[in-house]
Amino acid sequence: MADVEQGSRPLSPHLQVYKLGLTMIVSGLHRITGVGMIVSAILIVWWFIALAVSPDYFAKVDWLLTTWIGLLVMIGSLWAFFHHLMNGIRHLFWDKGYFLDIPAVEKGARIVLFGAPVLMVLSVILIAII
Amino acid sequence: MSYMTDYKRARGLGSAHEGTHHFWIQRVTAVALIPLGLLFIWPFAAALGEGAEAAQAIYRNGWNAFIAINFFVLTFWHLKLGVQVVIEDYVHGKGRRLRFLLANMYFCWGMGLAAVMAVVKIWLGA
Repeated sequence: MADVEQGSRPLSPHLQVYKLGLTMIVSGLHRITGVGMIVSAILIVWWFIALAVSPDYFAKVDWLLTTWIGLLVMIGSLWAFFHHLMNGIRHLFWDKGYFLDIPAVEKGARIVLFGAPVLMVLSVILIAII
Repeated sequence: MSYMTDYKRARGLGSAHEGTHHFWIQRVTAVALIPLGLLFIWPFAAALGEGAEAAQAIYRNGWNAFIAINFFVLTFWHLKLGVQVVIEDYVHGKGRRLRFLLANMYFCWGMGLAAVMAVVKIWLGA
């Protein structure tokens, strides 16, 4: 990309001139969930490193991840995971040229927005039972 | 302010020889991460909060270790590609952008390698 003129060009109307729509929210959440899962990635890798280091050290990290705030991050990440996964599947279909018309895009956004929390709750129940 | 067009600036510099590589690897890793993500979550959730012995028992299983290593490698590869796009969108200025892009690469490589080392060590019980 051309970096030469950065900062000196007029900007075209951006986010603030548009009414916030469902598809915008879902699209924004795709990026936010993707970047946000860095937090749980660090915690989970830390957990594995601790397990590789020593049982005493592991006990501390394992405890931290299962405190209420730790579990909140883990369960929140589960939602982020399902949102990113479902919306990612949408992207793969778009790449192939499917579901690109407005009604299909709106419907897909709705499925992801409501589907991800449902899958989160279902998986938490499933994990709790097992 | 120069009115030189992007074409004029790029002309004669040759191809970056990347083409659709970033796009394609992002998709390849994404498709693999659909099953890998789900397969990773269940044993991990079962091991979380159950103590060192239970966790070691789960990851001494070759299949679980295999899934975990695959999951970590592809996750951090996919993350590197995704965060790169975010940086390219929001971080301006050539030097600043380069520093962010380098930090992103080193972070993802470091995390991926550390995770793989940890899982291998647990798997082998070393």
